[in-house]
Amino acid sequence: MARFAARRLLGMLLVLFAVTVIVFLIFNVIPSSDPAARIAGQRGATDPQLIANINREWGFDESLPVQYGRMMMKVFGGDLISYTTRQGVDEQIWEGVPATFSLCIGAAVIWLSLGVLFGYLSAVRAGGLTDRALTILALVGISMPVFWLAAIFLYYLTFKVELFPSGGYVPLTQNPLDWAYHLVLPWLTLAVIFVGFYSRVLRSNMLDAMNEDYVRTARAKGLSDRQVRTRHVLRNSLIPIVTLFGLDFGVAIGGGAILTESIFNLQGVGQYAAEAIANLDLPPIMAVTMFAAFFIVLFNALVDIAYAWLDPRIRLEGPAR
Amino acid sequence: MSAERPSAHDEPLLQVSGLVKHFAVKRGLLIDREVDRVRAVDGVDLRVAPGETLGLVGESGCGKSTLCRTVLQLLRPTAGSVRFEGREIAGLSRREMRPLRPQMQMIFQDPYASLNPRKRVGQIVGDPLRIQRSASGAELRRRARELLERVGLSSADVDRFPHEFSGGQRQRIGIARALAPQPRLIVADEPVSALDVSIRAQIVNLLDDLQEEFGLTYVFVAHDIGIVRHVADRIAVMHEGRIVEEGPADRVCERPSHPYTRSLLAAVPIPDPRESRARRRTGDVRS
Amino acid sequence: MNEALLAVRGLRVDFVTEGGPLRAVDGVSFDLSPGEVLAIVGESGSGKSVTAQTILGLTRSPNARIEGTASLRGEELLAASEAELRKVRGDRIAMVFQDPLTSLNPVRRVGDQIVEAIRAHRERIGRREARRLTVEMLDSVGIPQPERRVDDYPHELSGGMRQRAMIAMALALDPEVLIADEPTTALDVTIQAQILDLLRRLNRERDLATVLISHDLGVVAEIADRVLVMYAGRVVEEGALDEIFYDPQHPYTWGLLGSLTRLDRDRPERLPQIRGAPPSLLDLPAGCTFRPRCPHAFGRCTELPDLEARGGEAAGHRDRCWLTPGEKRERRAVGGRIGLEEAR
Repeated sequence: MARFAARRLLGMLLVLFAVTVIVFLIFNVIPSSDPAARIAGQRGATDPQLIANINREWGFDESLPVQYGRMMMKVFGGDLISYTTRQGVDEQIWEGVPATFSLCIGAAVIWLSLGVLFGYLSAVRAGGLTDRALTILALVGISMPVFWLAAIFLYYLTFKVELFPSGGYVPLTQNPLDWAYHLVLPWLTLAVIFVGFYSRVLRSNMLDAMNEDYVRTARAKGLSDRQVRTRHVLRNSLIPIVTLFGLDFGVAIGGGAILTESIFNLQGVGQYAAEAIANLDLPPIMAVTMFAAFFIVLFNALVDIAYAWLDPRIRLEGPAR
Repeated sequence: MSAERPSAHDEPLLQVSGLVKHFAVKRGLLIDREVDRVRAVDGVDLRVAPGETLGLVGESGCGKSTLCRTVLQLLRPTAGSVRFEGREIAGLSRREMRPLRPQMQMIFQDPYASLNPRKRVGQIVGDPLRIQRSASGAELRRRARELLERVGLSSADVDRFPHEFSGGQRQRIGIARALAPQPRLIVADEPVSALDVSIRAQIVNLLDDLQEEFGLTYVFVAHDIGIVRHVADRIAVMHEGRIVEEGPADRVCERPSHPYTRSLLAAVPIPDPRESRARRRTGDVRS
Repeated sequence: MNEALLAVRGLRVDFVTEGGPLRAVDGVSFDLSPGEVLAIVGESGSGKSVTAQTILGLTRSPNARIEGTASLRGEELLAASEAELRKVRGDRIAMVFQDPLTSLNPVRRVGDQIVEAIRAHRERIGRREARRLTVEMLDSVGIPQPERRVDDYPHELSGGMRQRAMIAMALALDPEVLIADEPTTALDVTIQAQILDLLRRLNRERDLATVLISHDLGVVAEIADRVLVMYAGRVVEEGALDEIFYDPQHPYTWGLLGSLTRLDRDRPERLPQIRGAPPSLLDLPAGCTFRPRCPHAFGRCTELPDLEARGGEAAGHRDRCWLTPGEKRERRAVGGRIGLEEAR
């Protein structure tokens, strides 16, 4: 196991390196992404000398590998500065983390519990009314674009009826109730698509498992239907769900919540990234991408390890005896 | 099985010497290093005369399937020599093997998994000819129909799908496919194990008839030594990657010399209650 | 001794399938005495597995219609409720299936699965006690180092060990009846011999009545006391072991016996075969279902024969064939052995 984990860790580092290089190269290829012009702002359009000065001062006239090296050093040194706002990038990210984590963790709790519940009910009552209703719900959930759903929520639940606040983030430490109150709609928005997806996946896994030979053995042993369903069918069917969850959660934290954060103005890392992209501001983009890549790769590795632990057939330590 | 027994002095159709196939078990932190080897085939010598049937017997894990695939160059041998019609084929590249492929065909164990469910039977049987470009269009269809009739199906079956057939019929389709390129050698890997008892005899008899009609040479692999004894001229017993005994079928079954062969034969249940009781009374060693 | 432990009468199982209604089992009756080994022989579509599973109520579903009775010491099973059946399953009638690799949950330890079986029926037994019993059971079926094997996962055991573990699980609660559905088919021949030895020993030591389902007459000859031969959902012949092997009355039985390979005899020129194939249960021939494949079929065979003792000798030896005993004796002798003559 330890060797397996070490390999994944090394793999992680290599992937992160590759990601940063690619982002850097892409940024330098995008037209109108000239950072000097961005920094110079209005005046840069008329003052070439200013542009030249900025180029020299910030090192934009140097070769790409050198620029890349300098930027990486700044990233790790903690003094990466945004081209547009002139503020420290990592402080900004750090400030956005609580909101992003609150959003993602809360949504994850909802989507896991509802997804599993609906999937289980659907499978157990397959073909019946419950199943069909839940299936329709799931398909609708999967099909709804996040921004559209958010807009609907905002319109009906914050505007027409002022049931929920229309946006903004209240830190947990400041006021837990208010924190939750502001997050209810964002949580639901983010969770809906996953609930639909997970319930379908669990339903499908469970229906497959029910036809397996070991389920027949369990019944032949004299276990009750409920025992068979939970100890054999559900348990085996949850394994792929766990791994799916790990990957989805990693992506969500890494930036999958961009739209939700932006629409609800939660000032999280995702929103920060959205603004930086709009401004073609490389340092924040680079930093957020690394942040995202880190989490995605981390969760990928965790998922692999968890899967090997949950399904002993996958264990990579030696062949079967 | 055939009327005249092939003489041992005939040039063998297939000659295998010192054939080795190892699979490396790799481990390592950054770079995979080989830490162990699975010796699936560990130095095998075989010869099969033209028109002969060689029976290959062994239990699961002995390496007989790997041996078949390595002999046919579906897997690259680790070491050793395989001569087909006198020509060395071990280690040939895929391109070099292409013209030889029609001459050596394989029949597989699972009639449900070895036929593409999306293709019509006529297509499946005709594929070997199409791939080798030896026939096309109407000629292809005609040959496919002929082959189906030859294996006991009807030429109208050419447009049907595998799932419309029973296990025994599917195995016939597999045989037709193997016959299509007019091979000299057919390796049958457990061709009847997955079939009902009353169908097994039909397939075995069909293979027998086809051997006579087309002058085929068989390597017949099975774990059921009873069937193997019936079909084979010579039997080779395989255990843990090696051939532990080889000889004429009757001799191997009646006077086995290797302890493993003896234990294998002793374990076969006798479908005769009195004999079975007698054997148990005299207390033979089973474990 | 003579009162039947398990009595099945007129078992009929119909399924509704996409292709139409299908009769998987048609009027099967048999008795199982304490300590007896009854073999049910048949090929695919014979209904042997469905019969066994229906006794334990495992085939119950909205698509299935089950008729007849099956009683365990007088207690009716087919009409029993799920709750009542659950008490019987595993505790009084236990079942072992063909492929132990797929019949055990692959992500749970073998010991846990046995403990689960024990505690499902004996709630008062604690985990530690159940585990101790499990190790004992694994030992009694001949698994070496049972205290280590108990924590293994199914794929970590060899095929033979896995099947022993399944047998251990089935017998953990000391049932009266063991139903073994093709228990050795997936195993190598040397391992098969060991498992048969084990089953024989358990049958003797525990007076364990066993229903053994198999397509392999060799296995049957080694272990059975009585034999039921099934074809397309019906019993076509039943009798004591020696009666079936030495005095078979039904052409299908002759065919099965004839197509056997015998290592201790000379090999025949051609392996005797039964022409045709087992019929599709969706489209059974009228009258005797074996008629299309039987070289001895004659006019009367369009009428389905009842299962009767026609030879007049043993009352327990019954068959479904209209031929007279004399004709049967004559026709089954093919080339010096018992067999089914090739098509005329």
